[in-house]
Amino acid sequence: MEKPFAITLKPGSSLTNLTGTWRTARPEYLDRLPPCNNACPAGENIQGWLFHAESGDYEQAWRVLVENNPLPAVMGRVCYHPCESACNRAQLDEAVGINSVERFLGDEAIKRGWKFAASAASTGKKVLVVGAGPSGLSAAYHLARMGHRVEIHEAGPLAGGMMRFGIPKYRLPREVLDAEVQRILDMGVVLKLNTKIENIEASLRAGGFDAAFLAVGAHIGKRTYIPAGDATRIVDAVSVLRSMEGEDKPMLGRRVVVYGGGNTAVDVARTVKRMGGEPIIVYRRTRDKAPAHDFEIEEALQEGVMIKWLSTIKQAGEGEIMVEKMALDEAGYPQPTGEFETLAADSVVLALGQDVDLSLLEGVAGLEVKNGVVQVCTNMMTGHPGIFAGGDMVPSERTVTVAVGHGKKAARHIDAWLRGETYAPPPKHELAEFGKLNTWYYSDAHKTVRPMLDLLRRKTSFDEVQGGLDENNALFEARRCLSCGNCFECDNCYGVCPDNAVIKLGPGKRFEFNYDYCKGCGLCVAECPCGAIKMVAEDI
Amino acid sequence: MSFQPVKFYQTGTFTVGNRLLAPDERSVQANQQRSNAINSGHRACQGCGEALGARYAIDAAMAASGGKLIAANATGCLEVFSTPYPESSWQLPWIHSLFGNAAAVATGIAAALKVKGRQDVRVVAQGGDGGTTDIGFGCLSGMFERNDDVLYICYDNQGYMNTGVQRSSATPPAARTATTMPLGPEPGNVFGQGKNVPEIAMAHGIPYVATATVADLRDLEYKVNKAMSLHGARYLHVFVPCPLGWGTASHDTIRMARLAKETGMFPVFEAEHGEVTGVLKIRHRLPVEEYLKPQRRFAHLFGKQPHHETIARLQAIADRNIRKYGLLDEEGK
Repeated sequence: MEKPFAITLKPGSSLTNLTGTWRTARPEYLDRLPPCNNACPAGENIQGWLFHAESGDYEQAWRVLVENNPLPAVMGRVCYHPCESACNRAQLDEAVGINSVERFLGDEAIKRGWKFAASAASTGKKVLVVGAGPSGLSAAYHLARMGHRVEIHEAGPLAGGMMRFGIPKYRLPREVLDAEVQRILDMGVVLKLNTKIENIEASLRAGGFDAAFLAVGAHIGKRTYIPAGDATRIVDAVSVLRSMEGEDKPMLGRRVVVYGGGNTAVDVARTVKRMGGEPIIVYRRTRDKAPAHDFEIEEALQEGVMIKWLSTIKQAGEGEIMVEKMALDEAGYPQPTGEFETLAADSVVLALGQDVDLSLLEGVAGLEVKNGVVQVCTNMMTGHPGIFAGGDMVPSERTVTVAVGHGKKAARHIDAWLRGETYAPPPKHELAEFGKLNTWYYSDAHKTVRPMLDLLRRKTSFDEVQGGLDENNALFEARRCLSCGNCFECDNCYGVCPDNAVIKLGPGKRFEFNYDYCKGCGLCVAECPCGAIKMVAEDI
Repeated sequence: MSFQPVKFYQTGTFTVGNRLLAPDERSVQANQQRSNAINSGHRACQGCGEALGARYAIDAAMAASGGKLIAANATGCLEVFSTPYPESSWQLPWIHSLFGNAAAVATGIAAALKVKGRQDVRVVAQGGDGGTTDIGFGCLSGMFERNDDVLYICYDNQGYMNTGVQRSSATPPAARTATTMPLGPEPGNVFGQGKNVPEIAMAHGIPYVATATVADLRDLEYKVNKAMSLHGARYLHVFVPCPLGWGTASHDTIRMARLAKETGMFPVFEAEHGEVTGVLKIRHRLPVEEYLKPQRRFAHLFGKQPHHETIARLQAIADRNIRKYGLLDEEGK
């Protein structure tokens, strides 16, 4: 090239100057574990499905959701959403309404008739699931997806377990439950109703099963001794709720005393109210000590359920009971005060917890039962090889969500066991705490409140109390997600790099660093809204 | 009508990009095909606000002019770090002459294009605060006064950083520089008006004057676009924090710009023909200490005996900006 006077070099590009050599620390992309996912007992990838809901792709969102949980419409109604308690957005304004979006997706799937994706090729293995409650259905679903043949044996007349015979209709309409159960059966899962297993080992042999998952639940109401005359009607809460599903509704009279402070006590009281009775809950401790969720207590009070805190039943007589007032001692335990009071009562319903019917396990070698529940190893297998157990019959918190999580976990271990392997869960990512986020970038947006049924209809009918979101506010609610710890392609790193050292790979493909030029200033890390980049020291 | 942020869609227009916005609502910087006017390999410090501000502004101007753009550059960091002979980071026709004459050179280019009948090619001039508010001020005022068809962009990092952090007429009061040491009864730079070039530019009555920061990309791009849609003399003053001169961490550059705006220390506004037509409101108002404390150039205010009086005088400057430009919205948040 002919150069002008006094010019000795050709003009060149600064690209020859690799400024990456200046770096003492490098940025790296990573996925952190969002607190919602971390808190979900069913192990849902909540951030993952919200990501698709944010762009309005509800079907894809539902598909990501059901990879872990086959019952989103049920879950969106009955789950106590520990995800929302853990949500980072709560520290900004209010938690994302994950539960309401989940319900919207579940309802949308039923409305549009979405089916599960095809299962894996058949493995030729056959698994017996005992009990068609949430953990049994969840295990059956996951096992079927993995290509195993699954038969569910259910002692009751209908599928659903406690979702049908424990949770009242006003919280979970039965057509929702039926639709989600049917979708699982459509995968080829065989459901045998009114089939009580008497001896598990005999049933395994007779049916040619390779493994079993036991999920019989806890259906026997706990009793306590109350001195009572012959005329007093004392029943347990589980049988009251169960008989609500049959032809013969329970005969409890007008004034019904419910003894206990858990969610079941509240469910019975609200059911009695809807049947025209006058329920009174008697509980020996205070409201803040009651195991029932506070919103359920609040809704019950709104509907006119009376609650006597700090009281125990001393005696039940004809048409009335005697209660003793309690006082909390310094350690917070209720102590009798010697002060008595009479309450009019036509019947007493005991809601003191439930026990497991373990009769099917009699004589099985290696099984360990402690405190009335079956002991399982971390892989959900009982002491007897090939027999796994989950749900309310093993030691755990007794909720539908935990049960669904057990079903999934057990299915993974059963699948590995059938192949003679051990399932090793992938290592957990580090947690995306609030401090890892740059919340400046998120729009201010308050939580969408779900509509509630009017009070009069709540007191007199079994119509569903809590309404759902429509498409508009479901989209809004999904978009409140901060996407903690997981890139949502906001382009901030690509934009804020003063050195053009971030390569944008295109929609869905995220980004890459160009370490030839990255000087390691850390701007991308500081300005990443969701904490999906970290600085790592270079070896110098 | 000033820039209207989109508040929903998760991050709205607060982030550089947003997959939930329609393609025509997205930023130039989010585009894979952005021109990268100042390319990788330049020798700016880690976390340089000026390198970032220059790419934001020139990429937007390139997009607005369909890539037909010529730049004249004053002496300063931007020139030195981008074009050490024989390399250049610039991916557009670019000329450097002297420290003080960028506006005059741009005027000449605009005049030449006019003579040649090239209405399709646009001209920008750019420089730091030294080359704009001090050394190039005469040429700049002339360019305004003649209403030459040039967009002049000043990248304000509040001092002569390239030569070792000396004071300029854009250095804020109380700030430490090599020439305003924190000594004596009134340490750091003197209190006074300094030279507020955006307001001086407005006094010339030119078609468009605006301020922006590297913390509000969408607002900056909107202003470049607006400026490029007009002809005549236009002035854009971009606030670009300097990790070296201010003594801040290299990863805090954007945060410092955000804090300058949120405290009211740097008012972000636009004006047409000498009248303010819009301001970027403060989103979460903060006291000036939040902005001052992370900067070593203000460290002498926060020693064992904090200079409460000096901090109060700086707060008064911020309060005056907030009042004067109406930086808070009606609710007074």
